[in-house]
Amino acid sequence: MSTEHNCWQCGTPDVASLFCRYCNSLQAPIPNYYEFFGLNCQLALNPDHLQKQFYQLSRLLHPDRYTRRSEQEKHYSLQASSILNDAYRVLRDPIRRSEYVLNQAGFEIGDPRNKEVPPELLEEVFELNMALDELRMGDTEVLPQLDEMRQHFLDMMAEMDGELESQFLTHDAQPDDEARRKVLTGIRAILNRRRYIRNLVDEVDKQLTARNA
Amino acid sequence: MSTFQIDFSSVNKKRIVGIDLGTTNSLIAFMDLTGPEVIPGADGSALLPSIVSLNDDGTFTTGAAARRLLIDRPDRTVYSVKRLMGRGVDDVRNELRLFPFHIAAGSEQVIRLQLGDRQLTPPEISAQVLRELKHRAEEFLGEEITQAVITVPAYFNDAQRQATKDAGRIAGLEVLRLVNEPTAASLAYGLDKRKDGVVAVYDLGGGTFDISILRLKEGIFEVLATNGDTHLGGDDIDNRMLSIALEDIATEWGEDVSTNGEAVQTIRQAVIEAKEKLSFVPTAALEIHYQGKQYLRELRRDLFEQLIKDIVDRTLGPCRQAMRDAGLQPEQIDEVVMVGGSTRIPLVRSAVETLFRAKPHTDLNPDEVVALGAAVQAAILSGDVQDKLLLDVTPLSLGIETMGGVVSKLIHRNSTIPASATEVFTTSVDGQQNVLIHVLQGERELVKDGRSLARFDLKDLAPVPAGMARIEVRFLIDANGILNVTARDLRSGKEQSVEVKPSYGLTDEQVEAMVLESFEKAEDDFQARQVREARVEADTIFSAVDKARSNDAWHTLDSEEQAAVDLALNELHMVYHGEDHLLIRDRIEKLDNTTRRLAENMMNTAVRAALKGTKV
Ligand SMILES: [Zn+2]
Repeated sequence: MSTEHNCWQCGTPDVASLFCRYCNSLQAPIPNYYEFFGLNCQLALNPDHLQKQFYQLSRLLHPDRYTRRSEQEKHYSLQASSILNDAYRVLRDPIRRSEYVLNQAGFEIGDPRNKEVPPELLEEVFELNMALDELRMGDTEVLPQLDEMRQHFLDMMAEMDGELESQFLTHDAQPDDEARRKVLTGIRAILNRRRYIRNLVDEVDKQLTARNA
Repeated sequence: MSTFQIDFSSVNKKRIVGIDLGTTNSLIAFMDLTGPEVIPGADGSALLPSIVSLNDDGTFTTGAAARRLLIDRPDRTVYSVKRLMGRGVDDVRNELRLFPFHIAAGSEQVIRLQLGDRQLTPPEISAQVLRELKHRAEEFLGEEITQAVITVPAYFNDAQRQATKDAGRIAGLEVLRLVNEPTAASLAYGLDKRKDGVVAVYDLGGGTFDISILRLKEGIFEVLATNGDTHLGGDDIDNRMLSIALEDIATEWGEDVSTNGEAVQTIRQAVIEAKEKLSFVPTAALEIHYQGKQYLRELRRDLFEQLIKDIVDRTLGPCRQAMRDAGLQPEQIDEVVMVGGSTRIPLVRSAVETLFRAKPHTDLNPDEVVALGAAVQAAILSGDVQDKLLLDVTPLSLGIETMGGVVSKLIHRNSTIPASATEVFTTSVDGQQNVLIHVLQGERELVKDGRSLARFDLKDLAPVPAGMARIEVRFLIDANGILNVTARDLRSGKEQSVEVKPSYGLTDEQVEAMVLESFEKAEDDFQARQVREARVEADTIFSAVDKARSNDAWHTLDSEEQAAVDLALNELHMVYHGEDHLLIRDRIEKLDNTTRRLAENMMNTAVRAALKGTKV
């Protein structure tokens, strides 16, 4: 997506950043989260650096700074700071960040409510459903087993997070788009598995809170 | 002392004031060279009781003067109206039992209170409080005030925020920003604490409870999570005590007075007094005299605490939820700041201390800190304060109704605002020309449990076969926490018109009508007062000159000087009955100048006379 345009205020051509280099007026914001933060499309990001950048951009773009400015700049400030906040929410979270990158690269991401069981998890899911059924029927003896399974799932997620982290570095080190797409395919598979397990944990939590209520 | 970097370079800017529009009391504050300051009323107190009474001539009495009218004219006097802002009658049916207000018919979307022969909505009543505060500031600062920052509970929803903005508009104020009360408090708190860290603000006011957790870093105040209850506050404590007292009195007097507005108000005030005393002393007398009957009790603090414990405990759930949402343990919170009059109650303090495992800060005046913070935010908006910035969040998730009555969340609670989400809508029938989008606010998953915010009607769609339309709708929560919706036809790229049907609150047209009406009624506006004051000053100088002309000193002027005085006098007379206060002041100044030597001479004469006197 080309982001160059003429300044709406003074007509200076080829303005590519948030502010016109000639008259300094705020421009229509760039919708791409990475471009907005002035970052390359890399998956491994330093959270402290990101926060610093977020605060800095907030100081420049927040509507509080535009109370005494023109209607056009007020409008752009509102748009720009909403994109900034949305972008920060996504980029600071490794999972949402990688989903965003996958999306931008044209990958389909699995339906969050996909009920298809990944083959390697068949046995565990079967066991879990049995235990949940028993709990629903009032058998509280399965509680320790449920706790144990829940912890097991959390451990699996932690393991996947580690895996993701190293895949992020691999992705960022690739020389070209094609090589990056290969890594992204692998990342997508991890994300789908992770999402499935996340749903299992949520299901257990829901049953447990429903019982306590 | 001040840690502010204040830039007052652009002197001609309009001043923006900060207003705390509270359930029980309201305040107005401004940014002085040394920092924020609250503005006192004529009675010397900065607290304006949020009580409004309709007079027989259609004007209003507000504040302390209206407190007496709660008892004398209970059918025309209202308090705690903030609890009714942005609400329908079904929302408040329970609590209305103890509020002696008459609700008029047709109050489903906006409550209409019957005051004498008039029906008034909560924004119109709140506007009277705002108008009084505006007057105070104008008197104090000697300039017209038209722009303000107004605080709202962090947990206020869209309709409650909109109602607050409407109240400002009706009062003749442009509300440049709604700022959340706990966040405002943190701004005032952050003044002399330069330290970075994580702060929890516990705000228990008259009618609302908020908890906000913020990260302070290099002048950025980033809210991490907020939670609360817009129907929990000191009022609930008062109502609990009141209902117990009413029952007890019914037994003792053999008469149920709970439907007698005058009696209820008398008892209510006695109960509040006792409650306030118990914050400082272990026992307080509850003393009620009503129509020759009396009721006396000695209240002990431990008993009082037992009676209100469950109310205080209701604040702890939201605190825990906010910590969970912020991803923090109590140990990770560096400071706890207490805001709101109800945090003076020792039980509240100890409950907070136990939960956060830290002694809460009580060194700021809990009644003033929100207004002071609002003034700081006003100075941020005007550009006078440049080293601070608030990043607040939306307290409630925003979603739309989808198939099967399920809410699909678009913007999650605790998202930093402004925040946005985009959805593409299509049609389900050939040639369909409009699409209705139902927007809800809150955490519930089913539409029937959620709270409707508004319906947005995408109108005049180009007729195309079913499923072919592509309308992109952008939901944007602005920095005030209020939803804006825009739509675009992706096929044509054209803006698509959206008609808003708010589920609660007033339409734009209704507010506009109220603004017009209030202007007609607002005889006492700034201009009129300026003219009145200029005339008073002119009167003073007229009588002074009159006196001087019969003084010996008059003859020390030569005839030219005497003529100049007469001319200036005449010129002031000519503009005296006009409506231009600047012109009157200009002529006063001229007259003042021409009489200066006369005044000096009079002074000398008087001094000589006095000196002579001392020699005797
Ligand atoms: Zn330019």
